[in-house]
Amino acid sequence: MKWISPWRLKKLGILGMNARNRDFIGRYNARHLYPLVDNKLKTKLLTEEYGLATPALRLVVSEQHAISHIEQQLYDLDGFAIKPAKGSGGKGILVITGRHGDKFVKSSGAEIGIEEIRRHMSNTLAGLYSLGGKPDVVIVEDLIEFDNIFDGYSHEGVPDIRVVVFKGYPVMAMLRLATHASDGKANLHQGAVGVGLDIATGRCLKAVQFGLGVTLHPDTKKPLNEIKVPDWRDMLVLASRCYEMTGLGYIGTDIVLDKSRGPQLLELNARPGLSIQVANGMGLVPRLRQLEKLKPRQHKTPEARVDYVMKAFAEPLPDDPAIGVAAKTA
Amino acid sequence: MTQSRVPFYLIVAGLVIAGLATAWARHVEMELPFFPGERRPVWLVEARVDFQALNDEVLVSLDLPDNPPGFRIHTEHATSPGYGFSIIEQDGDRRGEWSKRRADGPQTLYYKVQLIGGVPESKSGPAETEEASPPTARSIFWEEPQETAASQLLAQALSTSSTPESLTRELIKRLNRPSSDQNASLLLESVGSRSRLLERLLNQANIPARQVMGLFLEDARRRQTLTPMVEAYSGEEWVLFNPDTGEQGVPDHLLLWHRGGESLIDVTGGSNSGVSFSMIRQSVPAEELAVAQFTSSAFALLGVQQLPIEEQSMFKMLFLLPLGALVVVFMRIIVGLKTSGTFMPVLISLAFLQTSLFPGLISFIVVVSLGLMLRSYLSHLNLLLVARIATLVVLVIFLISMLSLVGYQLGFSAGMTITFFPMIIIAWTIERMSILWEEEGPREVVIQGGGSLLVAVMAYLLMKLPLANHLSFNFPELNLVILALIMVMGQYTGYKLSELRRFRAMALEQEAASEANKP
Repeated sequence: MKWISPWRLKKLGILGMNARNRDFIGRYNARHLYPLVDNKLKTKLLTEEYGLATPALRLVVSEQHAISHIEQQLYDLDGFAIKPAKGSGGKGILVITGRHGDKFVKSSGAEIGIEEIRRHMSNTLAGLYSLGGKPDVVIVEDLIEFDNIFDGYSHEGVPDIRVVVFKGYPVMAMLRLATHASDGKANLHQGAVGVGLDIATGRCLKAVQFGLGVTLHPDTKKPLNEIKVPDWRDMLVLASRCYEMTGLGYIGTDIVLDKSRGPQLLELNARPGLSIQVANGMGLVPRLRQLEKLKPRQHKTPEARVDYVMKAFAEPLPDDPAIGVAAKTA
Repeated sequence: MTQSRVPFYLIVAGLVIAGLATAWARHVEMELPFFPGERRPVWLVEARVDFQALNDEVLVSLDLPDNPPGFRIHTEHATSPGYGFSIIEQDGDRRGEWSKRRADGPQTLYYKVQLIGGVPESKSGPAETEEASPPTARSIFWEEPQETAASQLLAQALSTSSTPESLTRELIKRLNRPSSDQNASLLLESVGSRSRLLERLLNQANIPARQVMGLFLEDARRRQTLTPMVEAYSGEEWVLFNPDTGEQGVPDHLLLWHRGGESLIDVTGGSNSGVSFSMIRQSVPAEELAVAQFTSSAFALLGVQQLPIEEQSMFKMLFLLPLGALVVVFMRIIVGLKTSGTFMPVLISLAFLQTSLFPGLISFIVVVSLGLMLRSYLSHLNLLLVARIATLVVLVIFLISMLSLVGYQLGFSAGMTITFFPMIIIAWTIERMSILWEEEGPREVVIQGGGSLLVAVMAYLLMKLPLANHLSFNFPELNLVILALIMVMGQYTGYKLSELRRFRAMALEQEAASEANKP
């Protein structure tokens, strides 16, 4: 079967892109708040102001001439991530895990010289990675030390957790695991594995790669249904607090688990994608509509909201993450 | 869902109604055709006046058609060497006057008029409505014994009729059987012409009537003469009767040349005058006709046909753009096709309009792929973005010039049309594609590039339709309907076609699960 009927999709409660853009992003996200999330520098400063856990900002490069004497500052850092402030979809992110002599070691293990870093920064400033090619700013931040809990689950790069937050309530969550096919990137359409997580427990509900269910990690062959994210409630609270911080009603929060510092907010997205539904094997619409019906100030704190959803959106665990729960109960 | 959608749909309905109503009004008022290539028949009628000049001042006055029912005058002019010509309007009656200080010998004057046929009756009658008071019958005097004959004939006809029309028909019937009616034959003998007798009898019966001269239009006829007819006033309007056949009303192809008023032709300073007519049927594009005819109409001010040709062609392109935008909106929102650059495909399709499809497609693909190759070298040079795009623009210009020159030398004149491609857009396309290639791989480049080309080709095919061209240029207000469609699509929150495929796994798994649960 190559297609699915629209009625079937509707019955499954799948949120389509048009409905997302019009009924949720258009309605709950005020346009003037977008820069807060589209510009990672602004997000970072705001996050630090609100005291949310996030990798520390080390360096901001906003002028081309500053690049020429960047090396000393970079040599002082062990590992760092270079990001364009206005990048999208993970474009232009360069992760340096350490140094080997004069060379910097990328997360993939490849070594690059300072010249290549300069070139990358120069491109970023010129707007190569920004939306619309507008001039950009480079930010350099601390490297995340992955929690060992995900060892063997990620081929390269950071396994991050995407939580969609609607009006401050975490609605759906997934863990994104880089694979060989995705070239270390955590983007699902590039071949990363998406693992749907139970909102109540942080356990695996379902796993997909390229839109199809998988049981084992394609590279490491570790069974995906053993995944249980630790510090789950803290993570949800962190995601939930982004609502007060930004004022945006419908956002995607990208969170990583640091070995020593716990959940860290990496970035926010005002137009979170829809593949989280595929990863969870269920649609967003019923949950979103349920939250829309709540009274405006029913739960006053992030903690109260998280407790509400942990009860409301709990799902039974599946036998096989390739099939998922929603399918079983349907 | 909370906010009411009523105002939105009111706006949309308003746009649709405004667009359609304006188009309809222009269609009706200006007779702009809705379909391209529509032609309308035009009669070219030539009146030829011959007379012998008496070596004296000459003044020739010819009655000209004057809002003839069923026709409208498109153009008219007179050719007559050495004569001054003017059209004089008096009491709603138009006459053409030729004048010359001194003329001798046989003279020939021509008056040509182009008439548009098939004009609805209601619009041909301003002359009649202008008449403030209804016409009155003139009094008729007969000598004996005609007086008695006329009275008897009338009395018989009156007894078998009730209205002016039926009376006229009765009279014609009797006049056409003079052998069986002595009164009729007597009167015909004394009056001479049947139409003149009929006119007199009607006036005697206190029904205003007048003699008119009509011309039966037949293609490629020469030396025709006018047919005398009678118009009787029914109390509301003039009704035409053919005294020979008794036919009532104006037949198709009958041009009423002379209606009431004075004589058909007056010649001062000449003798032996005569008028003959030749006619030929032509066909003229309806669009041209409408544009030429209503230059002063308020609706014409809305059209762009009054502009110089150069500006017109610019507007022609401009008015096609909404259609292209509609295609893009449809393909992106409803189908969910990925394109590189939102409206880039529309610009490409506009270029296709100039180059025609296949040469355009081929040259576009060639230019973009060559550009991609050059760009991959540029990425090693580590240029700043703006400089890199500028370099690409210059390279694209060179590429296009080279291709068109090579094409020209090889004998493909189509090669020259590559220059219609928007260079800046192509440079940006190459840049975007190249980044896409580096980040997402060649597959995505093919998907997005193919999507863009598909949308461009669809927009091109739609814009190429003669009907679309015709409507968008002649009825630019129809773009309001397109606007309404775009706005309605902007409200669409259903699934895209591509999402039905994207989420197909959801169905697959359900099936797999239900299979597994069955045993």
